[in-house]
Amino acid sequence: MYHSKILVTLRQSILDPQGKAVEHGVHSLGYSLVRNVRIGKFVELDVDARTREEAETVTKEVSQKLLANPVMEDFSFTIEEKS
Amino acid sequence: MALKFGIVVFPGSNCDHDSQYVAETILGQEAKLIWHKDSSLGDVDLVILPGGFSYGDYLRCGALARFSPIMKDVIRFANNGGTVFGICNGFQILVEAGLLPGVLLRNRSLKFVCQYVHLKVENSDTLFTSRCRKGDVLEIPIAHGDGNYFADGDTLKRLEDRNQIVFRYCDPTGRITEEANPNGSLGNIAGIINEAGNVLGMMPHPERASDPELHHTDGRKLFDSIVESLIHHSQLA
Repeated sequence: MYHSKILVTLRQSILDPQGKAVEHGVHSLGYSLVRNVRIGKFVELDVDARTREEAETVTKEVSQKLLANPVMEDFSFTIEEKS
Repeated sequence: MALKFGIVVFPGSNCDHDSQYVAETILGQEAKLIWHKDSSLGDVDLVILPGGFSYGDYLRCGALARFSPIMKDVIRFANNGGTVFGICNGFQILVEAGLLPGVLLRNRSLKFVCQYVHLKVENSDTLFTSRCRKGDVLEIPIAHGDGNYFADGDTLKRLEDRNQIVFRYCDPTGRITEEANPNGSLGNIAGIINEAGNVLGMMPHPERASDPELHHTDGRKLFDSIVESLIHHSQLA
């Protein structure tokens, strides 16, 4: 069994109004050093695969086909073996 | 003869009955609701993907509905030239399914916007707008939180070159202005059509502006266009 952690982020070319709103909030708190807030999604899932390669393939396909929309999002992931 | 409207019902659709009411009561055509778990559309002349919040808008609007069992048949129907009309959430499902290009992002204001807007008809040479003239201004309501149309530069250019942008948000006089843009859509885009001309998606709700009791009937022009175009087409065939 493997455990995947997937990050889905808005592409840099896409304006992120949620990130902007949060950035305003952060600045209102007084943290004026904070810049470029971007909001993304975090997905974790188990893959009942026998090998790491198989788990990687499944995670990648699921991310491409469903978890991220390539028109507006990028994704990255890490995989750990789960006991 | 009466046209057969097939209206797909996803869990969370909420404009399915409005669409059925317009098809049957206002237009005098036949309509049936098709559950999303069905695998076949059956005998229909056109498909409406209605507005609503399929799957609670989880993950991304339309992302999960796109994998409902019925969508395989909707995609087959569209690829064979069948008429598919996606309204609001239906538009979001069409872009997720790859039947239309681009994507609908969160409104720039981050607010759900529910109001009447003005739309400029940019292309009246479609089966959805044949009863309009190019440049006509229609008043139709919107109700969405994610209607901010976006596509990359190449896609946008292709849409413009091939006259696929059918509606843009405008002011009451038809000017395409920043103030008239309710959600931040690129180029004020409110509705687009595929290259083949048989699949149209739009964020505004023509089915909510078709009954004279509601004092707004501009949406009916689109439904009348569809009925006229499809009946005319079937008589030629």
